Amino acid sequence: MKLIIAAIKPFKLEEVREALTAIGVRGMMVTEIKGFGAQSGHTEIYRGAEYAVNFVPKVKLEIAVADAIADEVVGTIRRTARTDKIGDGKIFVLDLEHAVRVRTGETDDDAL
Amino acid sequence: MSNMTKYPGLAAVLAALAALPAWAQDAAEAVEEVAEAAPALDTGDTAWMLISTALVLFMILPGVALFYGGLVRTKNMLSILMQTTAITAMCMIIYVLYGYSFAFGGSDSAFFGGFGKLFLAGIGPDTLSGTIPEYVFVSFQMTFVCITSALIIGGFAERIRFGAVLLFVALWATFVYFPVAHMAWDANGLFFGWEVFDFAGGTVVHINAGVAALVGAVVLGPRIGYGKENMAPHSLTLTLVGAAILFVGWFGFNAGSALGAGATAGLAMINTFTATAGGILGWVLVEYLSRGKASMLGGASGMIAGLVAITPAAGVVGPVGAIFLGAIASAVCYWFVAVVKNRLGYDDSLDVFGIHCIGGIVGAVGAGVFCAPSLGGQGFAGDRGMAEQVIYQVMAVGVTILWCAVVSFILFKIVGLVMGGLRVTPEAEREGLDLTAHGERAYHY
Repeated sequence: MKLIIAAIKPFKLEEVREALTAIGVRGMMVTEIKGFGAQSGHTEIYRGAEYAVNFVPKVKLEIAVADAIADEVVGTIRRTARTDKIGDGKIFVLDLEHAVRVRTGETDDDAL
Repeated sequence: MSNMTKYPGLAAVLAALAALPAWAQDAAEAVEEVAEAAPALDTGDTAWMLISTALVLFMILPGVALFYGGLVRTKNMLSILMQTTAITAMCMIIYVLYGYSFAFGGSDSAFFGGFGKLFLAGIGPDTLSGTIPEYVFVSFQMTFVCITSALIIGGFAERIRFGAVLLFVALWATFVYFPVAHMAWDANGLFFGWEVFDFAGGTVVHINAGVAALVGAVVLGPRIGYGKENMAPHSLTLTLVGAAILFVGWFGFNAGSALGAGATAGLAMINTFTATAGGILGWVLVEYLSRGKASMLGGASGMIAGLVAITPAAGVVGPVGAIFLGAIASAVCYWFVAVVKNRLGYDDSLDVFGIHCIGGIVGAVGAGVFCAPSLGGQGFAGDRGMAEQVIYQVMAVGVTILWCAVVSFILFKIVGLVMGGLRVTPEAEREGLDLTAHGERAYHY
């Protein structure tokens, strides 16, 4: 099993969710986050007081999937979350040791 | 504001003269006759003043509370709402106990109204002030103390102790507001004698509040992290709601300062419209030209700057002159808060000085210029020319600034000693005043 963590632009969330559902992903966790990468922040000015906003709002997805579809999920996120502009985000893939479905007690691939 | 305080006496004399040649009556009866011949209650004037009084209260709660509240950070929202609420209540009580007497108590002093109307002595439901019940006049004036005192808190927002702000405001109203209100609006007052135009409170309300706020900002020192950390307003939405409520309420403030529902009220109303429009567009234009973007906060700030500027001038300038007055005030205030303040480095958190005092000065001096008949105004006092009128306007501004600055400084020092410090602890400031001073949070998401 793999845990795929992706930080994407917030307005891309719905498109990515649709595409992932279409290839058989049956669940994900979504968090609103702030962060920085290659994209620099922006400046806000309030009556002459300038504030550099260095952390940019993003959406973080955490998706646990079977090894077999991990590459396809990564590819799908990359394809749908892309705008070709700086700040499109990052995808990380981690090995996942164990999974349990709370209701039934099923484990690992069955729990996903 | 009020020539009215002059009128009852004048009318009494005229009535007495008229009554003299009439058939013989003893003195007591003559006095009674005079009282009946004095200006009668006008229900139209009274109705308008009742409404105006409520409109000014609406400017404070929720107007100022939301305008200011939106400008602070989330953690200090309730402290602003609470300070505004408590100050309003406190000033109401102070006003009926002795404030009205100190301002309009009938003494001959140019600075102090005396003790003649302590606890509103001698006033009953049937007592008149001009053509309205004196209770209505007292109530209307009372709301002005409340709003002026509430405006000050923007200067030292996000760091003052709750008890300290209340004690300061109580003393400040006593030793600064009431004397200056007496100077400007009582028939024996200093500015009144100088025939200074201060229609609805350029000196009394805005310059006064702005100077006190600046002194407070300097005495308390800047907020922790000022100039380094992000202190962006937590809700410009609420700020615009508050500013818009102020705009609406300001018709009570300005048109109400005519103290009647007549021609002057109408003039003050249209001037309040046009000056504010000029103020909004002035700020937006200057900001767009200098920064490339017109901000919403800029629009709201220009609205307030225009309203402040027309306050002393509403009854003496014309509607087109008012547009220029509002726009000029906005440009000067913008320059002040965006450039001058940042160079000087003091932390007037919500720009009370930069908008209310600077806008108030532009309005007070501008009243002496735009009242010129050639600029559509109602004319100068007596047979003065513009230069002479402006000199008197500037003198009134100067006296207000000096009086307010010196006394406010002393009062802050006294309050600091009595309360064992004006500021909250650094930990409390970091945590936010909502939790540390009031034990609650503004928002539960």
